[in-house]
Amino acid sequence: MGKTLFEKVWNRHVVSEVDGDQEILYIDRHFIHEVTSPQAFDGIRNRGVGLFRKERIVATADHNVPTKDQHLPIKDFLSKHQVDTLTKNCEEFDIELYGLGHPFQGIVHVIGPELGVTKPGMTIVCGDSHTSTHGAFGTIAFGIGTSQVEQVMATQCLLLQRPKTMRITIDGELQGGVFSKDLILFIISKLGTAGGTGHFVEYAGSAIQSLSMEARMTICNMSIEMGARGGMIAPDETTYEYIKGRDHAPKDDEWDKAIHFWRMLYSDEDAVFDAEYHFNAADIEPMITYGTNPGMGIGITQNIPTKENYENSASLEKSLKYMGLDEGETLLGKPIDNVFIGSCTNSRIEDLRIVAEFVKGKQKAANVMAIIVPGSKQVEAQARAEGIHDILEAAGFELRSPGCSACLGMNDDKIPKGEYCVSTSNRNFEGRQGPGARTMLVSPLSAAVIAVEGKIVDARNYLGYEVSA
Amino acid sequence: MEKFEVLKSTVVPLTVQDVDTDQIIPARFLKATTRAGFGENLFRDWRYDQNGNPKADSVLNSNSYAGSILLAGENFGCGSSREHAAWALVDFGFKAVISSYFADIFKGNALNNGLLPVQVSPDFLEKLFEQVKFDSKTEFIVDLKNQFVSISGTTISEFFDINPYKKMCLLNGYDDIDFLLSKKAEIEAFEKQHIEF
Repeated sequence: MGKTLFEKVWNRHVVSEVDGDQEILYIDRHFIHEVTSPQAFDGIRNRGVGLFRKERIVATADHNVPTKDQHLPIKDFLSKHQVDTLTKNCEEFDIELYGLGHPFQGIVHVIGPELGVTKPGMTIVCGDSHTSTHGAFGTIAFGIGTSQVEQVMATQCLLLQRPKTMRITIDGELQGGVFSKDLILFIISKLGTAGGTGHFVEYAGSAIQSLSMEARMTICNMSIEMGARGGMIAPDETTYEYIKGRDHAPKDDEWDKAIHFWRMLYSDEDAVFDAEYHFNAADIEPMITYGTNPGMGIGITQNIPTKENYENSASLEKSLKYMGLDEGETLLGKPIDNVFIGSCTNSRIEDLRIVAEFVKGKQKAANVMAIIVPGSKQVEAQARAEGIHDILEAAGFELRSPGCSACLGMNDDKIPKGEYCVSTSNRNFEGRQGPGARTMLVSPLSAAVIAVEGKIVDARNYLGYEVSA
Repeated sequence: MEKFEVLKSTVVPLTVQDVDTDQIIPARFLKATTRAGFGENLFRDWRYDQNGNPKADSVLNSNSYAGSILLAGENFGCGSSREHAAWALVDFGFKAVISSYFADIFKGNALNNGLLPVQVSPDFLEKLFEQVKFDSKTEFIVDLKNQFVSISGTTISEFFDINPYKKMCLLNGYDDIDFLLSKKAEIEAFEKQHIEF
């Protein structure tokens, strides 16, 4: 029997099997950030074990950093202490740090691929559930807790139960104005927030193959939102083209060897998955969430479900009460207060280009506060070089400095209580963007169009221009 | 890690489904650099209003319910990987969570902190909720060694599954790092033949 892409990568990282169906899995790269690492550093200090393989760790400060005046000392004492602790720990243990002020600083899941650290066939972990992003490169990448961060620091390994495999095949072509964000929101709305639990997902099919690396990262990024351990996509020419020439990419002979290996990373034709789903890309319209988990999404022209046609009516009722919405109503025409474009889901240069292309020569609506937070210093620099920065500012958008920002509101970027925020991030949980904040997840294009219109609209009706994908 | 054997306690029933770790411990309380003290802000925005006053409708503020077992709706612990969620539950005094479904990362984090995730069937969970609703002083027994959860003084009982290795760790208070550190020679041997591109 053939092997799945997941099995091929997993198998070559198994150090040994342990009784009780656990395996010791070797980890090639470990990304760390300021929020989930300090207790792990304390752990290895207390045990007196030190770092096992410091060269396999890459650090950045992202979750808790301000997005304004990054050159000044951080004002919030606790945030400053946490960021300073990361810097001190990296100095003490000699770890490569892309901290505040570094030209390559940014959201961990943006800088990893950007620097070429993320490569096909690797195992990658980070104390962050959106580590699944790196799976877009044919990588087994997943989020871990701080105890596991400590395990990897101490041994470069994790003790794990092998997840089940799932393949989600999406064939056909996406409609104009529909993006990979819509595709993944659509999938999550079909499978639910626990539909992928216990599984590692492979996304396949012609609709996936036609996507850019940025768009693929958006898909894999949100695998966790349906409960999956991670998501991955088989590497192809698009992948190699993206990696080539980046800082940590293999060079010369090493490149040829790497390509030879990477070409073997695909699921064999006769490979068997524990679960399979098929969708048609042409069926998907721009998506938007109405509730308080990412599975509560609808096509923009659809109405919010009624309690009668929703599986758990108590859950729906609680969500809609929080969101200030009614069952069965349409979201179209609803005025909104904030637009947030950013996060590890949608803050890459391609996302900013899509936004800039639409807002060029237009103005954001007066009732909307619109902020754009690039994923990294490199994205920010590129946006300036391409004139995107000027276009966005002229349109009344505020372009901030890189960080996780209003995706989780750990810094000052919080959405006020009761206000609506149309967001390109990944989670619409209660209070995620600030206590009482009401989040609606969308694609970058939808966010741009909604910012200009000041109310929820179908982006496809505003496509009097060419949208590059 | 503390050893886990048999737990006998009243429970706190939280019927909500899909409880995400952002509810268990909101991101703005993740700024500490130690593991201590997260219990104070457990379910912060469900327990307190914006002025910091306790909300009367929160089951965690209720005089009727208390105990070291949290009885929770399906898909508990979804979302963010923050281990702070497990730390907050433990710091608050919980030693076990009973639900019909747990999110993967949370389950792992809980086990690594001596907090036992007990997965029962949806029907059994329903029965447990009903019993607690009927009598808030109902005592539950969670027996790790024999892998069952029951209602004290009744025949209501169900077997639960747990990975044998994890069970051994909890019964003995071991953690994964101790185990992995003992395998260092094996890991180094693996590295010698592991090619990375």
